Amino acid sequence: MVTPTTLVYSRPQAFTDSPTHYCPGCTHGVAHRLIAEVLEEMNLISRTIGVAPVGCAVFAYNYFDTDFVEAPHGRAPAMATGIKRVLPDRIVFTYQGDGDLASIGMGEIVHAAARGENITVIFINNANYGMTGGQMAPTTLPGMKTTSSPYGRDVETQGYPIRMAEMLATLDGVGYCVRRSLHDPKNIRLAKKAIRLAFETQLRGLGFSLVELLSTCPTNWGMSPVEALRFVEERMIPVFPLGDYKVAPGVAQITVRNT
Amino acid sequence: MPKELWKGNEAIAEAAVRAGLQAYFGYPITPQSEILEYLARRMPELGRAFVQAESELGAINMVYGAACTGARVMTSSSSPGISLMMEGISYIAGTEVPAVIVNVMRGGPGLGNIAPSQADYNQAVHGGGHGDYPRIVLAPASVQEAIDLTALAFDLAETYRMICMLILDGSLGQMMEPAEMPEMKPIVQREFDWAVTGAMNRPRRILSSIYIDPVAEEVVNFRLAKRWQEVQVREVRYKEYYLDDAEIVVVGFGTAGRIALSAVRAARAEGISVGLLRPVTVSPYPYSVIEELAKHVQGFLVTEMNMGQMFDDVRLAVQGRAPVEFYGRPGGVVPFPDEILAEIRRLASGQWSPDPDARLSWQKRMASVIQR
Ligand SMILES: Cc1ncc(C[n+]2csc(CCOP(=O)(O)OP(=O)(O)O)c2C)c(N)n1
Repeated sequence: MVTPTTLVYSRPQAFTDSPTHYCPGCTHGVAHRLIAEVLEEMNLISRTIGVAPVGCAVFAYNYFDTDFVEAPHGRAPAMATGIKRVLPDRIVFTYQGDGDLASIGMGEIVHAAARGENITVIFINNANYGMTGGQMAPTTLPGMKTTSSPYGRDVETQGYPIRMAEMLATLDGVGYCVRRSLHDPKNIRLAKKAIRLAFETQLRGLGFSLVELLSTCPTNWGMSPVEALRFVEERMIPVFPLGDYKVAPGVAQITVRNT
Repeated sequence: MPKELWKGNEAIAEAAVRAGLQAYFGYPITPQSEILEYLARRMPELGRAFVQAESELGAINMVYGAACTGARVMTSSSSPGISLMMEGISYIAGTEVPAVIVNVMRGGPGLGNIAPSQADYNQAVHGGGHGDYPRIVLAPASVQEAIDLTALAFDLAETYRMICMLILDGSLGQMMEPAEMPEMKPIVQREFDWAVTGAMNRPRRILSSIYIDPVAEEVVNFRLAKRWQEVQVREVRYKEYYLDDAEIVVVGFGTAGRIALSAVRAARAEGISVGLLRPVTVSPYPYSVIEELAKHVQGFLVTEMNMGQMFDDVRLAVQGRAPVEFYGRPGGVVPFPDEILAEIRRLASGQWSPDPDARLSWQKRMASVIQR
């Protein structure tokens, strides 16, 4: 029997009690949980408005016990801008996939970052379009097979992966911009710390914050969950190195107690 | 308040401010840019939100976000920019949040030109974004009417949780006229039971246009239609001139209607029994007014600055009970009152068009223009 003394793991307060729709082994759920834990620890649940994307996370609003809106494909940063500009004391975050953020929504994300919109973006890089059945994304690795690059991504005709964290970090409006990975417990803990810092950045009005999270898509990659985690570590990290691409001086001074 | 000289675009901007505009998002495009430029000065001065967006896609989605919070929000653009906004417009309609959108129309299709036009009538009234959704469309014909309708637009949008669009042509946006501004209304933070503002002391709210279960989406479509029926019953607005004894009725909206009024007055001076119906709401459309007129007038003359778009709505209302003639100048050309007067004289002398679709006869009459 679970008693308060034996309970070591439970649903964060920021989560609703709904069964997940994500595939087995997909790390979207892990990312959701980290955000929920951070919102709870920072006591932000009742002040937060989330913006869901078009993509596998289109139903993100089913899981978070906060107010939520659902944006057109790629437009979440613009919607978040509209919300934050009229409600500057609320916490506004978008949650976006790589097709959403780095392809159709490239204009919106770059300009939200350039304006230094005081919002937080959680960016899920799973190297493909999950929801529509695993087509090539701007983040698909060279040579990687997807349903729309059946011979493997040919960089001669299909171009090269886009490194969003590095690109956005060049913009002066950005306060915090990092890449983390969700492939093992240590990295998941580091990812959570980054998400915390991103929300702290917003809370203190230090500008645009983004955490890119390398994620799995076992279903569309045609791998077991364990193989998919290994793929992130061995194949994705070399193309998308983990690291802090921009930590503004004000953000660097923030100390976060171990969570 | 005393009358002052106001330029159409700036008048709309100030009228929106006085109606309690909390946020404006836009992108430059002629002949509408003065709205953006005016609000770039005015909104920060009042501590209200203003963003020049990266594109009309950005602008309409910022509007969408702000609208979800229940704030009074507006964007403005001209034809090509409004086309780019159509995705967001459909989402806003599907989410049932209020928003005011101004289209200062220019000649098209494509990049077209920057001259005055009414060619986006069908896009505004019948088409535009994907899916089945109603929207209110207002068509001012003077700077004063643009001011009055801007204020009304916010109230209508909020009452019906619906998009309210103002369509005017570039000449009205650019022209200066004496007009009276309403008093400045204070900003009221409205407590809508649907607005997303952070779930403080209440259950959380979700605003979305997704209904993955088709049966649920069907219910939404019926709900929107029901609300639209209310709008049709309550909100039809139009202006009529000399209709009491009119045998010929000219129908025109916005600037075309205003030019037609000069022609109607001149024809009256010649003893012709002609009147003018100028729809102010082109959506909902005053179908029943036209239907009623069709029972006893000789016929109608529709004048537009396009190829005959509202013409179809007039024909729908007339239902073949009387002939419906057309005279238009598309592409950014503005008709002179004389041109419309000549048409009225033609009809008064009994020369009605032989073609079942009077647009064909009109195109033949325009041969000299087309061959230029
Ligand atoms: C305008 C528009 N174009 C295309 C689509 C179809 N679509 C839905 S989700 C999606 C891709 C999502 O991929 P990603 O952003 O990588 O998120 P993931 O599903 O992998 O989490 C696409 C193309 C759409 N809904 N709207």
